[in-house]
Amino acid sequence: MRIFLAKRVFTLILTLLVATLVVFVVLEILPGDPASVMLGINAETETLNALREELGLNRPVWVRYTHWVADLITGNLGISYTYDVPVSELILSRLTVSFPLALLAMTLSTLIAIPLGILAASNHNKPMDFLVMSFSQIGIAIPNFWFAMLLTLLFSVTLRLLPAGGFAGWDAGIGPVLKSFLLPTIALALPQAAILARVTRSALLEVLQEDFIRTARAKGITNQGALWKHALRNALIPVVTIMGLQFSFLLAGTIIIENVFYLPGIGRLIFQAISQRDLIVVKNLVILLAGAVIVINFMVDLLYAVIDPRLRGGQDV
Amino acid sequence: MALLQVQDLCVTLNTAHGPQEVISHINFSMEAGDKMGIVGESGCGKSITALALMSLLPRDSQTRGKIILEGRDILKLNSNKICSIRGNRIGMIFQEPMTALNPVKQIGAQVSESIYLHLKLTRKQTLERVSELMDKVGLPVSKFGLNLYPHQLSGGQRQRVMIAMAIACNPEILIADEPTTALDVTVQEQILDLIRDLADSSGMALIIISHDLGVIAQTAENVMVMYTGQSVEMGSTMDVFQNMSHPYTYGLFSAIPHVGSSVQLDRKRLNSIPGQVPELHLRPRGCNFADRCSRALKICKDKEPMATRVADHHQVWCYHPLTCEDKK
Repeated sequence: MRIFLAKRVFTLILTLLVATLVVFVVLEILPGDPASVMLGINAETETLNALREELGLNRPVWVRYTHWVADLITGNLGISYTYDVPVSELILSRLTVSFPLALLAMTLSTLIAIPLGILAASNHNKPMDFLVMSFSQIGIAIPNFWFAMLLTLLFSVTLRLLPAGGFAGWDAGIGPVLKSFLLPTIALALPQAAILARVTRSALLEVLQEDFIRTARAKGITNQGALWKHALRNALIPVVTIMGLQFSFLLAGTIIIENVFYLPGIGRLIFQAISQRDLIVVKNLVILLAGAVIVINFMVDLLYAVIDPRLRGGQDV
Repeated sequence: MALLQVQDLCVTLNTAHGPQEVISHINFSMEAGDKMGIVGESGCGKSITALALMSLLPRDSQTRGKIILEGRDILKLNSNKICSIRGNRIGMIFQEPMTALNPVKQIGAQVSESIYLHLKLTRKQTLERVSELMDKVGLPVSKFGLNLYPHQLSGGQRQRVMIAMAIACNPEILIADEPTTALDVTVQEQILDLIRDLADSSGMALIIISHDLGVIAQTAENVMVMYTGQSVEMGSTMDVFQNMSHPYTYGLFSAIPHVGSSVQLDRKRLNSIPGQVPELHLRPRGCNFADRCSRALKICKDKEPMATRVADHHQVWCYHPLTCEDKK
């Protein structure tokens, strides 16, 4: 287990380094001069030169790369050109919106999806199975921005129970924050839950066909007992895989939902930074999100090993 | 009263060609300590018969007839009562030790499961029982430990774990469905010895299912030869093997090489039974073996044969059984 962990951590660090290299190279080979991209075509030569100096564009490539990696490690990412605040502060403040929102949506989605998947699998080909699968089909088919608007229409416009959008800020206390998170959480979680419930169901049904389920039944365990005690853990591998993918998506891919609900999250920041050509922010956000995906995959790998002893590698018990 | 009586057992499974009867009119009975073999080609219904005894057939199958365990027809029991019989009164060993154990559970937990379910012992007693079982099957806890996972064991060791699981609650009947087929030849003998010894020492009745006549000959006192879901010949192993009467049984025997036989010396080809097992939905009206049988008469193709007595404990389902002269 220790060897496995060491190997995984080594791979993690290596992948993160490769990611910084890829992001750096991609932005480097983009045509055009970053300073003029940021300032627009009408910029004065002096302003351009000043920005180039500030960005360190006059230094050799490898110096800039190593400086950037060092900056990433120390967290000193420079000043945003459009917002005029340190990039790290900017990203951090947006993360306090996006990360809890992603976590809430993932939790809600899991709490809905896994029990529904189990319910469907244990009632395979019975009315309950069809009911769960129909709801899941609808959940997959509905685009989440439209679903978000329907939620706003019902809870904010008609019932006037919840704010239609905006973020109260953590200073306002946990109550208002949760209120502003509630609708986006539901809008994000339900479509994800629809997919996750399907994955849970099909993974369980597949495992229930395995020989060792028959062995367990031969020991006198009930159908339900075999499902809970023998099938579930074996079915978790695909479920955890999908959850990892969904969590990565929730961290970065929530641009639409954040826009619908006017939430100052990472997705909106990327959107704004790109449209304002704030390359410093874009570069650091991209590597942050790439890093997040890599770290999530790392944790998914660790979970695999927790779930299935065969994946721990080595025979040390 | 017999320990187990199987009367007129028929099983219908849903197949691509609609419901098909895969087991037809099986009858046998066993006393405590009996050892019975079921032999036949793959697909002849041996395993289905075993699963029927465990009530482990797919949900959409139909089972008719009676399976009477100590006076109670288990086909009439509800699922809770059946669960209290499985693993407790009847234990089963499966063919594939590689896939029959749960890969994510430690072997100790898997062996103790049926003890928890049926014997209601304390934690300490359960643990004692498990280590006693592991000793019995040759995986002493001192050497192997209970926290190993199946993938850390060899095929033979896994089959030993399977055996420990099957006998955990001292069942009256142990069903071993091709227990050695998936194992190396060198390990097969050890596992068979183990099963035989356990059955002898505990007085369990043993049903051993195999396509291997040698395994049956070594283990079973009585044998039932099955073909296409029917019994074609049945009797004491001695009678059936020495005085085989059904052309199919004879065909099975001719298909195995014997040391020193003409096959070995002359490098002749082994005999095989001509033709193929008829598909379920294409079975003939009369004897299912008629189309492959060199001795078939007209009546064989028209009417299913009834049981004919050959000797006291030896019957054959054939209109034209082999006699001693035929085999010379």
